Amino acid sequence: MTYLLGILQTIGVHTLLGLSAYLLLLTGQLSLAQVGFFAIGAYVSGILTVIFSWNIFAALALGSLMAGFFAFLVGFPALRVKGLMLVVATISFSEIVRLFFFNLSWRVNVNGVEVGPDSTQGFREIRYFAANGWEQIHIVGLIWFVVMVVMLALWWLDQVRAGAVLRAVGTDELAAQSSGINLTMVKVAAMTGGGVIAGIGGGLFAHSTTYVDHHTFVILLATFAVSYPIIGGLRSVIGTLLAVIFIQGFIIEGLRFMGDYRNLIFGLLIILVMNMRPQGLLDGHLVADIRKLLAKLTKGGKADA
Amino acid sequence: MLEVRNLVKHFGGVRAVDGLDFKIQQGEVFGLIGPNGSGKSTTVNLVCGVFAPTDGEILLDGIDLGAIAPHNRVDAGVARTFQNIRLFSELTVWQNLWVAWRDQPGQEQGWVSNWFGRSPARRQEIQKLLEFSGLGDKADHLAGNLAFGEQRRLELARAMASKPKLILLDEPAAGMNSAEIKDLCQRVLAMKEMGMTVLLVEHVMELVMNVTDRITVLNFGKPIAQGTPIEIQNNKLVQEAYFGSAENAHGGVS
Ligand SMILES: Nc1ncnc2c1ncn2[C@@H]1O[C@H](COP(=O)(O)OP(=O)(O)OP(=O)(O)O)[C@@H](O)[C@H]1O
Ligand SMILES: [Mg+2]
Repeated sequence: MTYLLGILQTIGVHTLLGLSAYLLLLTGQLSLAQVGFFAIGAYVSGILTVIFSWNIFAALALGSLMAGFFAFLVGFPALRVKGLMLVVATISFSEIVRLFFFNLSWRVNVNGVEVGPDSTQGFREIRYFAANGWEQIHIVGLIWFVVMVVMLALWWLDQVRAGAVLRAVGTDELAAQSSGINLTMVKVAAMTGGGVIAGIGGGLFAHSTTYVDHHTFVILLATFAVSYPIIGGLRSVIGTLLAVIFIQGFIIEGLRFMGDYRNLIFGLLIILVMNMRPQGLLDGHLVADIRKLLAKLTKGGKADA
Repeated sequence: MLEVRNLVKHFGGVRAVDGLDFKIQQGEVFGLIGPNGSGKSTTVNLVCGVFAPTDGEILLDGIDLGAIAPHNRVDAGVARTFQNIRLFSELTVWQNLWVAWRDQPGQEQGWVSNWFGRSPARRQEIQKLLEFSGLGDKADHLAGNLAFGEQRRLELARAMASKPKLILLDEPAAGMNSAEIKDLCQRVLAMKEMGMTVLLVEHVMELVMNVTDRITVLNFGKPIAQGTPIEIQNNKLVQEAYFGSAENAHGGVS
């Protein structure tokens, strides 16, 4: 049970990371800054509950707003570069954030105990949930509630003009600009929104694991984040969720016996998808294929009977 | 309404536009023609702000467009189509217009409902424009799945969706058959009727000669002649530069 809840927890947090990258990919931006925003959300909300004894909801909110604020700031210079250069620029950002927290020591005595980020030792004892009587099932419930809210929000965005504009910018920037779309505004808005989503994911992660350090926020995590929408496709947010379930639930958990070879499989999967299904693995075609297969199977089944 | 003064654009050593002057009157269909590489598309791109000019001025109703960011030129009343169709192929036909949509002056929706609303009234207006463009039954198709002629019409409709005062058409007839060209003639005249001013870049003489009021001919980035379609057809310089020889000047297609 605890094992299953643990996996659900991981899948929920990674879905938030994936959705954050999804929002940016809609505008055609491949960003590896998501892990930086995730780290900001984790540390800021952790510091707020641990050092300042804030309520978890307020801490999560401010943590994700701070991540969004930094995403907003990163958005402007990042816009000047495209493609590979954007990838490099966003990696640099994530590394700067990671190294900042790697060096951050902010130890405070709260009720006779030293708490707070301890630079190279990491940030331990983020024990809000345990201290306030939350059980793991409640924590998982909260994570998935947030996941659902974010998924609904992104789904809704696709129903209004803003969603069409995001996709228009992702399809053809020149045509969008010639249609009167302010590219800077749209891309910075997407970056900010992505920062907010990654930030709340970071806050939930820090509090559910109670411990984060610089190993948590490596570029590999950012690679995972962008790979989910790439594998899941940009047709809808469901693709991203399915991709996380597939990668975290099956490749990482299910194939645990394969050890580090799993990363190899993950890499191969990305290369395969990019080459064979650039729109993503779980797009409309796959759904149609599965339907056809099911139809065939049920027909075959009847013939057998 | 559009005034171009001594416009110059160099790409490295290439003088794509090299001292261009013209004035388009309100409500006019103005032709810009010339051989391949004579600087027509570059002129359109300069007016839309895709490139900044090396020198010269572009004035719209007396306002210097150079001081207006490219995307804001749409609000200033300039819209365009592209020589190579550039649709939002992943969006549906009606969403393509939705992205570019501007409400009638005086009926603008607020910022929130403009971005996050789904006003049925606006959807109806979009549908009307689609009907006008002969795409009424294709509203929910993906733009990328349309036939070539339909894509051209959709791009034209998308330009009209922003309620422009001035619309720049960069070779809208390229690749069209003669029935489609006739249809396009009607459309351009209808746009003029609606009060739009049109800058038409075109090689297809059937279109240019039938719909334009005046024409400027470019050669190597420089204007070599200006006048009515009849005057241009009979201009010796133009025949040499553009048509190659006087014999096939009335041949119809370049
Ligand atoms: N972005 C650019 N960079 C460098 N050179 C360019 C660029 N755009 C256009 N040119 C050059 O400028 C010149 C004019 O090009 P332009 O596209 O304006 O011609 P055009 O009159 O539209 O021709 P066509 O009838 O073939 O469309 C050409 O020599 C072209 O190679
Ligand atoms: Mg051209």
